[in-house]
Amino acid sequence: MKKAVFKQIDGNSINYWMLLALLGSFALAAVGAHFYMEHGGHYVTGMNNQIVWGLPHVFAVFLIVAASGALNVASISSVFNKTAYKPLAPLSTLVAIALLSGGLMVLVLDLGRPDRLIVAMTVYNFKSIFAWNMIFYNGFFLIVGIYAWTMLQRNLNKYSRIAGFTAFIWRLALTTGTGSIFGFLVARQAYDAAIMGPMFVVMSFSFGLAIFLLIVMATYKWTDRPLGDATFNRLKNLLGVFVAGVLYFVVAQHLTNLYATEHHGVEAFILRDGGIYTQLFWYGQIIMGGLIPLALIYHPTTGKSRTAISIASILIVLGGLIQMYVIIIGGQAYPLELFPGKEVSSSFFDGVVNSYSPTLAEALLGIGGFAVTLFMVAFAVKIMKFLPESLADEAVDPHHSK
Amino acid sequence: MMSFRQFAKHLVILVGLTALPILSNAGDLGPTPPKAKMNFSDNSKCVKPIADIRRNHMELLKHKRDETMREGVRTKDNSLVECIDCHVTPNKKGEYARFGEDEHFCSSCHNYAAVNVDCFDCHSDLPEDAAKILRSSNNPHNMTEGGKK
Amino acid sequence: MSNSNHTNTYRRKFLAQSAAVAGLAIAPGIILNQVAHAKSDADKASSANRWGMLIDTNKCNKGCTDCVTACKTENAWGAGETHSSEEQQAQWIRKVTITDKQTGHVQSLPLMCQHCETAPCVDVCPTGASMKREDGIVQVDKHICIGCRYCMMACPYKARSFIHEKLELQKPTAPRGIGTVESCNMCAHRVDKGQDPACVEACSNAQHGAMLFGDLKDANSAISIELKKHGGEQIRADLGLNTGVRYQGL
Ligand code: SF4
Ligand code: SF4
Repeated sequence: MKKAVFKQIDGNSINYWMLLALLGSFALAAVGAHFYMEHGGHYVTGMNNQIVWGLPHVFAVFLIVAASGALNVASISSVFNKTAYKPLAPLSTLVAIALLSGGLMVLVLDLGRPDRLIVAMTVYNFKSIFAWNMIFYNGFFLIVGIYAWTMLQRNLNKYSRIAGFTAFIWRLALTTGTGSIFGFLVARQAYDAAIMGPMFVVMSFSFGLAIFLLIVMATYKWTDRPLGDATFNRLKNLLGVFVAGVLYFVVAQHLTNLYATEHHGVEAFILRDGGIYTQLFWYGQIIMGGLIPLALIYHPTTGKSRTAISIASILIVLGGLIQMYVIIIGGQAYPLELFPGKEVSSSFFDGVVNSYSPTLAEALLGIGGFAVTLFMVAFAVKIMKFLPESLADEAVDPHHSK
Repeated sequence: MMSFRQFAKHLVILVGLTALPILSNAGDLGPTPPKAKMNFSDNSKCVKPIADIRRNHMELLKHKRDETMREGVRTKDNSLVECIDCHVTPNKKGEYARFGEDEHFCSSCHNYAAVNVDCFDCHSDLPEDAAKILRSSNNPHNMTEGGKK
Repeated sequence: MSNSNHTNTYRRKFLAQSAAVAGLAIAPGIILNQVAHAKSDADKASSANRWGMLIDTNKCNKGCTDCVTACKTENAWGAGETHSSEEQQAQWIRKVTITDKQTGHVQSLPLMCQHCETAPCVDVCPTGASMKREDGIVQVDKHICIGCRYCMMACPYKARSFIHEKLELQKPTAPRGIGTVESCNMCAHRVDKGQDPACVEACSNAQHGAMLFGDLKDANSAISIELKKHGGEQIRADLGLNTGVRYQGL
């Protein structure tokens, strides 16, 4: 097998600069949305004292979770020693870092006091899973950064296995930590389930790989570099397994909840009576984000079509966002169970299903997270050698090169 | 319309004026905080020697804030409320300047030094006597049913 | 102009105050409930106490909101959030009506921060802003609150509110402001002076006497005696939070 040759993309076409400009303006719009929200306060958003985490959190948590999943390709190559994935490992680290940056930006800009971020960075309450996550996130940048470096710098290559292994462990902790943010909310019926942690890990695999695959397909197409069927099929089949995995966990989550009587209320809410949340769950998360992509990936005809797989990946991303929406917003919309078996009412909206209508500012902030991610990737592949010149089958697959 | 030459002239004057206080080492152009209500004691104007309080008031306040907030110590020394009560005074017409206006004790310096403070996001910038009157006049239907307007 | 002079000025004022308190406390039999738990201003909140409340739902009047009004006046909330929607406005304490689905029995009770011993809001807060004083009072240190709202997600009682806009004219004893989270702090400033929380005082002024405040760690306090005699339930006792606010007649 030939050694893969890594090379920057040219990145001087009009289209390239247009892409950067477009992503840049979305990022700026997010910053603008942030100033708009911070200027007078959060009253301009749809969030309130009932729905305290809104659309920005949907995007932020999605991106953070996807970040860890995007590292998969690198992990498979370094930790499980699958040479076929090696050429894409550096890009995988880059996408992971970029996704985490985008997600954290959204999370931070939605704080009530982002000006006090320094407090969050220096004062830790070690009982708080949030504080732990702060450490996980910072460590992720450091470790994955070093990992990328060991792969890009030839004389450091010998360390990349150990760096990759550390990164692998670290990112599992990170995703479990992110999932546990919800697991710790014992009082909220929707989140009180041990399955949340592992479910988030599988979700990260699926979302991260979908985004990664989209980025690979787009860059190789736009730069006219060859992307062979071997690599493509491998990634796409892996994606199919992960999507099925997410579906499995969703079924398991709801089935176990149905066993526990105290969760019947919230289950009925999400699965049957929740109005918009029920629709989002069935049509958005399950059908659009799960079943259709699965069909596209495994159907003999569409499975070969790059367009169909792009569509499948996009649907997985959208379905993932919807899944986050159902978990985060739907979970809060369902009223807290204060007096089981009794009807509750008050001036503070006890006992009623809480409503939330996201505003444009929140949406722009969230979308800005994606823009920052993609901007970072697009820019980094121009200035650094992240991408192999060719992913044609002969260049990648050991069997072809024999 | 201003010509470019004119604009440049204005700019030079503006920059010169801004730099003046720094150059002249804050003579009469420096901050002019209003007078406090009274001296702290017979032999001292403030709770600490003036130079000390000017340089270190933030440390003192911060220390006190943690003691009061987290530990329930309610002594008056170095308490922000006491500072406000004594230093934020009405003008001859009986009107109070608000934080952000140059006439307010705290902003008189903080505006000048362009140092931003968070205190008044949560703390009242007026002594309670004055705040109380404004509270009830701002909100004639103040303090009514269940958080509704 | 030595420093000790300043200290002395304070000390003189301070001694005068403590003498007054001591004078009242000399006759223990006749002191008011209010000064029974007085600490001096210089004392720190102590783990020798745990402040709590006992609310008798049978005495709580269905139409009465005096406790809520008193809290608003004491801590200056409930007005001034003019931009925020009703869903966004803060509520430290609220009257809740509960109806038994089977019997149709209707009850009314005040609900505020329950001052949990193992408080979820304290556990999840990344910065330590959500905190429990030594004497069991749970509150938010707004100086270091970053407004992440994780505590609001964690609180089982919906006791917390986020401030969605700029505020002004706060009470000196109840600072509150934009981008931070707040909740009932059992009127810590009153408790430190030996007074009852404003809601408890209002309830007794209204002749309802449904709310009792006191030291759960003092076996001889009225609240401990009553709890021992008739018991007191926690809302969502299944969560095992050992709340400082207890209810009778649930
Ligand atoms: S009731 Fe809520 S805010 Fe109060 S201590 Fe318990 S968890 Fe914290
Ligand atoms: S909103 Fe403030 S008090 Fe609540 S968890 Fe976040 S930092 Fe802590």
